[in-house]
Amino acid sequence: MSSDENLIVDAAARIFGDLVSPSLINDAEAGIWPSELWAMLEESGLTLAWGNETLGGAGIEVVDGFSLLREAGRHSVPVPLAETMLASWLLGHAGVQYPAGPMTVAPTKINSNISLGPDGILSGTVRDIPFARVTEHIAVLADSEAGKVIALVKTSDCALREKKSIAGEPSDEVSFDGVKPVNVEPAPYGLDEQALFAMGAATRAVQIAGGLQKILDQSVQYSVERSQFGRPIAKFQAIQHGLAQLAGEAAAAGAAADAVAEAIAASGGLGVEARAEVAAAKTRIGEAATVGTAIAHQTHGAMGFTYEHSLHHATRRIWAWRDEFGNESYWAMELGRMIAAEGADNLWPFIAGKE
Amino acid sequence: MAAGSFRFPRIDFSPELKALQQEVRDFLASERASGGYTPVADGWAFGVDLEFSRKLGQRGWLGMTWPKKYGGHERSSMERYVVTEELLAAGAPVSAHWVADRQSGPMLLKNGTEQQKQEILPRIAAGECFFAIGMSEPDSGSDLASLRTTATKVDGGWKINGRKIWSSGAHFCHYMIATVRTGGTRDEKNRHEGLSQFLIDLKGPGIQIRGIKNMAGDEHFNETVFDDAFVSDDCLLGKEGEGWHQVTSELGLERSGPERFLSSAITLTEAMRRIGDNPDSREAETIGKNVARLKAMRRMSLGVSALLQGGESPVVEAALVKDLGTKFESTLLNDVRQLIPTEAIGQSTDDYARTLSEGLLRVPSSTIRGGTNEVLRGIVARQLGLR
Repeated sequence: MSSDENLIVDAAARIFGDLVSPSLINDAEAGIWPSELWAMLEESGLTLAWGNETLGGAGIEVVDGFSLLREAGRHSVPVPLAETMLASWLLGHAGVQYPAGPMTVAPTKINSNISLGPDGILSGTVRDIPFARVTEHIAVLADSEAGKVIALVKTSDCALREKKSIAGEPSDEVSFDGVKPVNVEPAPYGLDEQALFAMGAATRAVQIAGGLQKILDQSVQYSVERSQFGRPIAKFQAIQHGLAQLAGEAAAAGAAADAVAEAIAASGGLGVEARAEVAAAKTRIGEAATVGTAIAHQTHGAMGFTYEHSLHHATRRIWAWRDEFGNESYWAMELGRMIAAEGADNLWPFIAGKE
Repeated sequence: MAAGSFRFPRIDFSPELKALQQEVRDFLASERASGGYTPVADGWAFGVDLEFSRKLGQRGWLGMTWPKKYGGHERSSMERYVVTEELLAAGAPVSAHWVADRQSGPMLLKNGTEQQKQEILPRIAAGECFFAIGMSEPDSGSDLASLRTTATKVDGGWKINGRKIWSSGAHFCHYMIATVRTGGTRDEKNRHEGLSQFLIDLKGPGIQIRGIKNMAGDEHFNETVFDDAFVSDDCLLGKEGEGWHQVTSELGLERSGPERFLSSAITLTEAMRRIGDNPDSREAETIGKNVARLKAMRRMSLGVSALLQGGESPVVEAALVKDLGTKFESTLLNDVRQLIPTEAIGQSTDDYARTLSEGLLRVPSSTIRGGTNEVLRGIVARQLGLR
């Protein structure tokens, strides 16, 4: 934890607390852009938290950026904060100056084929690009004859097919066919789709950890306030034990989120070790997501199943994030293969470290 | 503090700590290769090997944190953590000394007389003196404060009457630290008062120890019967009537250690040896899921020891570790079991089949011992403000 963390997270928490109300989240799902919220985040430098200072970013420590995303996850912040941070992280690797306004990244899957032709024109169509339609720019990782490139593209130059995620947030299909990027730079060695995918997975894992904290708080609160059979349902042992297990899952997710943030910060990239930490975090946090949301909904009963109740703001996002950038099954297989390749006697050193 | 804000601070391993880790690994590899031990599931609870315990004592890996004048080694609690987790992960038979090293020694250090410390602690640290836990009774399990065993004041000491149950290893242990009633009754509302702890020499008069075989076939549990068993005045540990407070802090030491999630880890290692370096999707997924769980558990457990080291008492975090960790031990075995067809075990059985079979038979105890998971969830629920 760096010394700046509390300041950044506190500033973000104040903005989220003041502006991100249940009605604002519902409005965002209905297509109303929360412009005041975005303006506040942008003015505070939070949207470019991970951006290099020389390129116009805030230059905040990687771990602090993850803490910010956890807080955003806790508040179900319905703007592309994580996506803009990811985009600035990607662009920073190629020294591309950051534009103002919301951004997102492409691709969000590993086997996509966006390519930059010799004429400097992009081609390729990708699916599930979060928030694409509300962004001004997309940071794109593409293939070219000279190797991987990082391109900054105007969203308005692309053809979009609007779709939405299980959370009700934009998750659009984007065609780059015929698009000329605003800027293109070669990607540094090692910055490929795998690395972007892993960074995205870490981002989603940390957001879920924040979401789980939120639904734990909501469930505790609800169980104390809701009475049945003449007493608050919190007094029933069945409810207590369910919530204790939810607390355990939230705590495990928090521990895994800390671990992945620290590992990426320490390694300064997404090499094999950091990728293994991402795999472990997305796997464990994905599991916590499944167990935790089920308990939260069961505790809230039919009330939590209504659109009017705000529980689904967090639970639907948790479910979307659980699947984005690789679900727990995908990452578990990745992790299992990585470890098995090292042999049984390296299992424990992998977990506990070595000299 | 928001309900969900549990803290599990990171611990950085210094080069010295990593060197110690490697030293233990080298020792274990050479012991295993030379037949010095055979890996065992749940080795901290069921793997009794007096010779192995003595070897650990010779290495300086017992009583690690205690003062040198009592045979200890004045090392940090992190160093102790590293040694214990290595032993557990390797499936080492560390049950004989486990209770003495983990809780009885520290308890004596805090509450024992100078003579007791000088006589007993060096023997524990040498791996030559073992302790049994004297908490549960036939009618008092989760509801520990309802215990009935009494100590009655007599000239020069106390007479103990009653029965303690489970008392793992009492048949080879030298001492028991027993929590008994010196006042109050089990039915009163203030039954937590009037409890006291005693150091009892199990070879003393009026004590009968009967074995209770468990479902795994282990001769491990006991019923220890006290019939006017006399102990001298100096055997009262701590203060008369303070037993409840003392015993709950003893339980705190029990709950968050690596033994709460590593009892089955050896089975995963041995399964991987069978599977090889090119797993299919199903095998890879099972390995990955369980490693991800293990990593998160370890982070939490280390975080709790960081808090303990900082002088905090993370009761709730510890309860979460034990609840999650012990459930995980069962999940791990049942995940692994489905990867490799089960086979009957016999004399030539390999380490996978044996540790799986041992693990499956022993794992029902993991969510019970040291406080049932239901009790632990109650502790968490109280912290959440539900009760």
